[in-house]
Amino acid sequence: MILQTIFFYLFSAIVIASALMVISSRNPVHSVLFLILAFFNAAGLFVMLGAEFLAMMLVVVYVGAVAVLFLFVVMMLDVDFTELRQGFLQYLPVGALIGIVLLAELLIVLSGWVFAPDVLANPVRPIPELNQLTNTEAIGRLLYTDYIFFFQTAGFVLLVAMIGAIVLTLRHKPRVKRQVIADQVGRSQKVELHSVEPGKGI
Amino acid sequence: MMDLATLPSLTPFLPELILAVGALVLLMIGAFGGERATPLVTTLAVLLIAVAGLVLLFKAEDGVTFGGAFVLDPFARFMKVLALIGSGFAIVMSVNYVKREKIARFEYPVLILLATLGMLMMISANDLIAVYLGLELQSLALYVVAASNRDSVKSTEAGMKYFVLGALSSGMLLYGMSLIYGFTGHTQFQGIATTLSNGPIAIGVVFGLVFVIAGVAFKVSAVPFHMWTPDVYEGAPTPVTAFFAAAPKAAAMALFVRVLFGSLGPAAADWQQVVTFIAVASMILGAFAAIGQRNIKRLMAYSSIGHMGFALVGLAAGNEAGVQGVVLYMAIYIAMTLGAFAVILFMRRKGQMVEEISDLAGLSRSHPVVAFIFAMVLFSLAGIPPLAGFFAKWYVFLAAIEAKLYVLAVIGVLSSVVGAFYYLRIIKIMYFDEPAGAFEPMTGELRFVLGLSGIFVILYVVFAGPIGQAASVAAKTFF
Repeated sequence: MILQTIFFYLFSAIVIASALMVISSRNPVHSVLFLILAFFNAAGLFVMLGAEFLAMMLVVVYVGAVAVLFLFVVMMLDVDFTELRQGFLQYLPVGALIGIVLLAELLIVLSGWVFAPDVLANPVRPIPELNQLTNTEAIGRLLYTDYIFFFQTAGFVLLVAMIGAIVLTLRHKPRVKRQVIADQVGRSQKVELHSVEPGKGI
Repeated sequence: MMDLATLPSLTPFLPELILAVGALVLLMIGAFGGERATPLVTTLAVLLIAVAGLVLLFKAEDGVTFGGAFVLDPFARFMKVLALIGSGFAIVMSVNYVKREKIARFEYPVLILLATLGMLMMISANDLIAVYLGLELQSLALYVVAASNRDSVKSTEAGMKYFVLGALSSGMLLYGMSLIYGFTGHTQFQGIATTLSNGPIAIGVVFGLVFVIAGVAFKVSAVPFHMWTPDVYEGAPTPVTAFFAAAPKAAAMALFVRVLFGSLGPAAADWQQVVTFIAVASMILGAFAAIGQRNIKRLMAYSSIGHMGFALVGLAAGNEAGVQGVVLYMAIYIAMTLGAFAVILFMRRKGQMVEEISDLAGLSRSHPVVAFIFAMVLFSLAGIPPLAGFFAKWYVFLAAIEAKLYVLAVIGVLSSVVGAFYYLRIIKIMYFDEPAGAFEPMTGELRFVLGLSGIFVILYVVFAGPIGQAASVAAKTFF
């Protein structure tokens, strides 16, 4: 038990610290690397909750694909981050003031706040008992059976995002020379095949 | 072997299914046919919307499906017909515009179809997740079409502004939803309503409700979340603006009604004051801010903010007459807006679109019929009897008085008087100012839309019976 507590605090402390580093480090590449660290530790937290499948997915999908994509974007688009941050200090006092006011309001209103005990008793999609189903099966059932409508709609949202990106950025340039493989390998009338005897020409 | 899960019933979902599959097919036709396929895709898109509308009216059955996430009831049916009408006419009105401005692309009708699909899902959403997904599907497509004239700085700015502010409002909406889920334990509307009516309403739910209202108010462009409207209306290509002004407003208002009455009904006392404030602020801002406008698209933006305020009066009333008023208001508002935008799309001189109100001077002499119908539409927007707009306002104010919201009704009437000023000013410019030169002849599809809108607005008394009845059936859904 004590070991679990130690690991919980270790993982969560690193997640929070690296998340802070993501937004505060000067070099964007370092930001992405800290993001990866945050993902790894969040995966550790998932393992401790007994959600191994989610943990592995987090590593595979987010670290393996998304974070690497981020790295590419950061490196390939030469975004001048120091220039982006120029207004930052100027607006910081106003932003911080609004943030503090909002936080204070939330704290004042919610200080006496407890979740209603019966709420925890009747959540809308109770997680199936994990000793009866494997992790993967439980997620699959939720995603592809119960939430099939949401899943498909989310697919449409992504499709719209893709169409949008293409509509707004793809330009057909008339002067670009493209390879036409059919023309290249196609036989026209002028090409004939001869079997050339050895030692002689045509 | 695992037994196969039973398939959810698809009969309430048929129109959406047709739109979704159709949009994908059209996308393929466009992708393989290239730019030459644009007219074909546009025609098919309009047909598809018509088919979806017919199926919705005659084939789809009322019911709940997908584990309660999707519901088709008389209210959803009425609002969906409005959204389909708005989208269909938006595509029709764009045909010649995009050709002349050389921005014709097959993606445009496809994106409008996908936005319409999102709207139908929003209107039918019976679950917080479904609300969010429908809303995002619609908004994402709208951001793209707003920026679709990508060589124009204004259009790009409109798309960017709409996107950033829209993302912010989606964030607020999600935050509110998470609070509501956290305090009730349900995402489905019935579950939320039962939990709320069973016990005292937790402060967290009220917080969530305020955030959700803020998120949806952004989508209907109600004050104080209206900042994006004038810039987006002005910057987006005009047929896109016509689209923005009609269908998405109806869908977002339907969502507003369903979230407030369907799930947060027991917390009515809490949201009524918020909605009342939003309604008052929208009506007043819509009336006063439009006075100084010289660009007619910006004027229509403020006009739509004001009209949303009037429609919200019905919502604030919180009774059956109020919902009926909202539903009727949206129907009449869509008819009027489409007519007004048909005229705005017609304002073209020497091969250039013109957008200043002063450009309309002398329209009564060069195009007397257009000027007459436009004048009627403007009188109707101002709310002068016996035109359609008068009845729209009459229903919502009646509902407010029934709910004893006298102050709200009085403010509404006063701001509609102020608002009448700028509509009448346009009529004065059209009829009495020095002519500014004739516009190019009106194209067929604009005549068609303006004609239909004119007939509806002028002869509303004839249609009032059946439409009123349909609206009252729709309103009964929640009571």
